[in-house]
Amino acid sequence: MSVVEIKDVTKQFGQTTALRGIDLAIDEGEFVSLIGPSGCGKSTLLRIIGDLIQPTSGTATVNGKPARQARIDRDYGIVFQDAVLYDWRTVAKNIALPLELARWDRRRRAAKVKEMLDLVELGGFESHHPWQLSGGMQQRVAIARALSFDPSLLLMDEPFGALDEMTRERLNMELLRIWEASGSTVVFVTHSIAEAVFLSTRVVVMSPRPGRISDVILTDLPQPRTAATREEPRFFELVTQVREALHLGHDVDHKLEASA
Amino acid sequence: MSAIALERPRARTEAVRRGIGRVTLFVLVGAALWGLWEGYRWLWMREGWTWPFIVNDISMPHIHSIFQALFDHARPGGVGPRLITILVEAALFTAKEAAVGFALGALLGFALGVLLAHFRILQRGFLPWVVASQTVPILVVAPMVVVWLNPKLPDSLKDWGSVAVIAAYLTFFPVTISTIRGLHSADRRALELMRSYAAGNWRILWKLRVPAALPYIFAALKVSATASVVGAIIGELPSSIQDGLGGQIINYSQYYTIQPKGLWATNVIAAALGISFFLLVLIAEKIVVRRAPENVA
Repeated sequence: MSVVEIKDVTKQFGQTTALRGIDLAIDEGEFVSLIGPSGCGKSTLLRIIGDLIQPTSGTATVNGKPARQARIDRDYGIVFQDAVLYDWRTVAKNIALPLELARWDRRRRAAKVKEMLDLVELGGFESHHPWQLSGGMQQRVAIARALSFDPSLLLMDEPFGALDEMTRERLNMELLRIWEASGSTVVFVTHSIAEAVFLSTRVVVMSPRPGRISDVILTDLPQPRTAATREEPRFFELVTQVREALHLGHDVDHKLEASA
Repeated sequence: MSAIALERPRARTEAVRRGIGRVTLFVLVGAALWGLWEGYRWLWMREGWTWPFIVNDISMPHIHSIFQALFDHARPGGVGPRLITILVEAALFTAKEAAVGFALGALLGFALGVLLAHFRILQRGFLPWVVASQTVPILVVAPMVVVWLNPKLPDSLKDWGSVAVIAAYLTFFPVTISTIRGLHSADRRALELMRSYAAGNWRILWKLRVPAALPYIFAALKVSATASVVGAIIGELPSSIQDGLGGQIINYSQYYTIQPKGLWATNVIAAALGISFFLLVLIAEKIVVRRAPENVA
């Protein structure tokens, strides 16, 4: 059974068509990246999966349920480009926030927070406040928070977009380790071709005006991926393939504009 | 980890140094104001200038003689309690009215803010009237509150209870406005996050909106803290309460031409009361509001 199933989804913002005719199925344990230029609707699609916005037409199901029900059942965790940590809470309390909302008792919360701190390698930082952490550390707290309640699906909206290249590559590795450890399904929005190829089992290439899926590329790099993966010939082939798919999407776009 | 652990004690000595710097600055500015007062007094008296007013011991007594007056006996001839004893007692009485009024006003202001922030329609309908309530001079409101409330109040609350209500009237408004503003200040992403956790409105309010609003609310509480003292002093006038600072101000303004230092000394004590209210709110803010240092007003 697919974890995420998008059927003929269209999203209209006033006169603008953000998404048109999107069909996508994501299986359990997959790591799927949505990539495309600004305005291609990749974040919109992610928000539809998370029921943070509703499609104008078509359906989104998560774990066989309507997206709304999946959200109410807390089937997914989400990470944004900014960590969106609550300044007034310590690291530990930020991670515990979804657990408080799910009415876990104090003991269970504390045990889970400790487990998550170990997972993202932030042991010893539990009583720090967010502003005392670097951007990369903040984002790791956000990931720990998103995974704290064991959601089957992790939605990530350009989570490393605001970080420098070094930190980004380190967190890429860490995310893969967490993905393997947690066994969850990941939908990952990004601007970066290399990041998408390196992380994903599948890359969904999108193009703008109206936002649509222009290609789906299977990234058949061996698992688990390591720093050496980035230097394999196959990695570069896939990067080229995604790049060409992106440009093709743009060409279609220009032709449409020319004929209009 | 170790890097941050090492930074901690350094941050503390930094804070202590900043604190000392601040106190020094406060004292320096105080000394400068003193110098300005005395310098003005000296220059105007030497040159005999009469604009905008004649300067002499009645209109501008020496600062040190004002503070000295605090320790003189209140009545001429060296009998009776010292002035400071009388004024501190009066200040404590006024402080009680102001504190109760402040608490009442802050709670009411917060509750009203939450209500108006939650229901947009109420906000549109009621906010103009809340604003209008503050354009009515407090000197008009005060006697009415006394006339309405006093007959209904039990003996233990009589008189000072009405004054507390007047202080509350001056307190609630900034708190309401800032609460509304603060509750709407929560980050859009943070709200989406709450939605992703399927949190209800009530829990979004307490776990996100109210904590996000706290810096705004405390900014208002600082304004209200001093306003509640002013409200209590003014409220004492129409209710002809003699026990508070308002009574003392009326008293000493009647004797100003013979004993000007009395009124000035009363001002000093009233200001000290207002400042201590402000400082109490400041301390509470330091304890309650946890924010990045650069985001604290």
